[in-house]
Amino acid sequence: MITAKNSLTETHQASEAFNVSWQASLEKLISRGLSSGADFVEIFLENTENIGLLAEQDTITNVNPSFSKGAGIRVFLNNRDGFVSTNDLSEKGLEEALDQALGMLGLEINKLSQSQFNGLNELHDYGNKKQNWLDNCPTLNESSQKLLFGTDKLAYHGKNLIVRRGSYSRSWQEVLIASSDGTFAKDIRLHQSIGLNVLASDKDHRASIGRRYGNSAIPKDLMNLNLDEAANDLCDSAQKMLYAEYVDAGQMPVVLANKFGGVIFHESCGHLLETTQIERGTTPFAEKINHQIAHKSVTAIDEGNTSGAFGSMSIDDEGMEPQKTLLIENGVLKSFISDRAGELRTGHKRTGSGRRQNYAFAPASRMRNTYISEGKYTPNELIESIDEGLYCKSMGGGSVGPTGQFNFSVEEGYLIKNGKLTLPVKGATLIGEAKQILPRISMCANDLDLAAGFCGSISGNIYVTVGQPHIKVDSITIGGR
Amino acid sequence: MESSKLNSIRSINSNELIDILNKLSKTEPIKKWDLGASCSKDHSVQVDKGEAKQLKGAQRCSITLRVWNKEGLVGTTSTTELNEKGLIKAFNAAYQASKYGNPDDVPDFSPLAKAKLPKLHKPVLPFKGLKELLKILRSAENDLLKQHPSIKTVPYNGLAETIFQRVYLNSEGAQREMKSSQASVYLYARAEEEGKKPRSSGAVRLAHGVEELEISSCIQEAASRTISHLIYQPIETGRYTICFKPDAFLELLGAFSSMFNARSVLDGISLSNINTLGTKISVPILSLYDNAIHPSNVSSCAFDGEGTPTRDLCIIKEGKLENFLHSEATARRFGVNPNGHAGLGSKVSVGVDWLVVKKNLNMQSENQQLNHKSYKDPFILIEGLNALHAGVKPSQGSFSLPFDGWLVNRGEKISIEAATVAGDIKEVLNNIIQIEEQQETTHQGISPHVWVDGLSITGEE
Repeated sequence: MITAKNSLTETHQASEAFNVSWQASLEKLISRGLSSGADFVEIFLENTENIGLLAEQDTITNVNPSFSKGAGIRVFLNNRDGFVSTNDLSEKGLEEALDQALGMLGLEINKLSQSQFNGLNELHDYGNKKQNWLDNCPTLNESSQKLLFGTDKLAYHGKNLIVRRGSYSRSWQEVLIASSDGTFAKDIRLHQSIGLNVLASDKDHRASIGRRYGNSAIPKDLMNLNLDEAANDLCDSAQKMLYAEYVDAGQMPVVLANKFGGVIFHESCGHLLETTQIERGTTPFAEKINHQIAHKSVTAIDEGNTSGAFGSMSIDDEGMEPQKTLLIENGVLKSFISDRAGELRTGHKRTGSGRRQNYAFAPASRMRNTYISEGKYTPNELIESIDEGLYCKSMGGGSVGPTGQFNFSVEEGYLIKNGKLTLPVKGATLIGEAKQILPRISMCANDLDLAAGFCGSISGNIYVTVGQPHIKVDSITIGGR
Repeated sequence: MESSKLNSIRSINSNELIDILNKLSKTEPIKKWDLGASCSKDHSVQVDKGEAKQLKGAQRCSITLRVWNKEGLVGTTSTTELNEKGLIKAFNAAYQASKYGNPDDVPDFSPLAKAKLPKLHKPVLPFKGLKELLKILRSAENDLLKQHPSIKTVPYNGLAETIFQRVYLNSEGAQREMKSSQASVYLYARAEEEGKKPRSSGAVRLAHGVEELEISSCIQEAASRTISHLIYQPIETGRYTICFKPDAFLELLGAFSSMFNARSVLDGISLSNINTLGTKISVPILSLYDNAIHPSNVSSCAFDGEGTPTRDLCIIKEGKLENFLHSEATARRFGVNPNGHAGLGSKVSVGVDWLVVKKNLNMQSENQQLNHKSYKDPFILIEGLNALHAGVKPSQGSFSLPFDGWLVNRGEKISIEAATVAGDIKEVLNNIIQIEEQQETTHQGISPHVWVDGLSITGEE
């Protein structure tokens, strides 16, 4: 290898691994911030190594490694905050970023004043036992072979498939968090996911459908995923949806399947229980703690502790261990999801939910693993209770607007007639408003299951889990043709 | 702090990059390399009832490096570590990735990577700084709140300014560079009236710098849009005549741009195929261009990710598909020149820049009398489409999307409480019954109002 003397920009060489050797320089920065008049200073350092693979038909067509290092510095004065991110992890670069954040709050650098900062606590190294995670992940060759096995199984199980795709992504992240309350913590996170997608086509009929599986913290786990079974399930769905008719629009009862069906609760209600929504004045639930906001059959949880789940973590991006947060109990609102800024501005205690996509985003109150608890019915009992309705086996994406209205596309749906599943239908969209729909979730089945997903919001795209048992909504608007 | 360094941006030194990469390529069996790099400095503010809500600053640099190994296979890597050590790591990772390069689809340098570039107006306007941004946004929020008593908050707002540099280099001597500045403002108001549901709408403006931003018109538009939704009612489910406002029609076309995307055609996920070129895909009164270099396109760049000059490209001419959007690799497969729509990667992505919808003035539309300002019979005026990521199936052609809009009857506009519009893009393009003559420039392209017959609307009961 060659060595060149010049750096390529004015940026400086970043320091090596995040460890206790950073303590002195971070303490110096925090002291500088506090002595300038800040109430609180937080420094988030991040180092990532990611890779993405794509297999199309029987060939690996894209391999994308990427590396990133950066810092996010946040300063509070009263309940205001200034946030600066930079790629420059040199002492000078971090100092400039801090000074800029202080300047945002109108604070002048005061080198003479002594801060009241007592120094950082001893480093709490949550990543200590995770050092080998990156090395233990599947090699490029192993993950490529796994994907090609998946696309081969799609060919084996599928009919009329004109596109077969498999994708794999691995995100390895090392973080070091230091703040003026003494927090000094390091963690290593690992997220991996595998997706399978097909496009089936026959004359004028087309159907595209996909599945994604993901986990955190277990380097080799996805290699054990049964892609034969997954491919079979996906091809079965694609074949049914290929010839499906468009659903008629209207108002009707629906049964939402478990796992990714939980996206409807995540979007329609979960976001409204983040303290950022209280701050914006965009949640109808701001003053509803201990009020009935949902049917009594609904109990909902948000937590970051389930082993291996996509939304789990040892600490959040503010250095706090995640809590298990009871959001709704038997229909009664119990808690909000809160971060440091949320606690400061709304009074709701932090729940270990301060999350961000990376160093370039300030943390915000965000969901982790969010699900509706299971009930006492079997899934069949839910379907049998409906004369005419819709069964949503697989959900696509969705969103919630600034006035609380949500919409979700149904990827795979079936009509319910006289308590039985009948014809497959496509083109359905579920439309509603959380305040109206939550009281209509009248039955929850006994088959709670979770699914990995990605959530995009104020602090970027983060890993989450959604989940629920089969649930019945007594009436909802279906957009169709 | 704020004033002294406002206009400084860390810049990429192309010559140093070239030297180091040329040296690195001799240490590994690399035949050639290219890279895209970018550096930016950003300021942004948000406010809440006069108080600073979030103040952000960012300084970022990144590169995407692409190498060809001895076998001619390609590997890529992206990194934010623009120092020598970071580059060595990236170079090695790209080389490792090249061992998995796809031998059936190997990208090459663009034959136009050294061609003359179009001259664009790309000023670097001075930063205002966070204090000034805050002052401007506070004032804008205040003005918007004063527009109507029902407007209680402006929950989504932001004012941002950025200076950025883009670079493309390759080992055969191509050296492209562009520096520019950009500013944006968005204001989304929320209106509430006693006994009614909250209503929300807003507006966005882009410019080369804060001083060029049309903030007053953004306030006026956000207010008038929000107020226009205060009187609302549900709509009956059924089929209606629809008039898409320019923003909405451009959003719909953008969501189905894989129809015009050569990469999607080759991957089999487009509604078009190679034989679709030259065939009729819409009514003959419609013409569509992708004009990356249009003066109103604030985000324009003179070259794409592979260094190919960007241009004004006709996609649909009088109803017939004229051209696909290409990267180097797709253009080679189609036997044409690349046309400036590439990203950078081992599998190069292709995308639209700035769509311009035009009416073919030589032909009469089916319903010449249709005009959104004067038409008397009932129709639905769609202002904006929501949740496109969830409600559009580009490879199937279908869509089912929530929208903001009005039922218009004899000039009276009643906002629609909550509804979705559903259809098929091929049917939309072939059921256009009128394209109005007046084009409007939006922040995402240019289009007149476009009328489509018989789309499904689902109302909420």
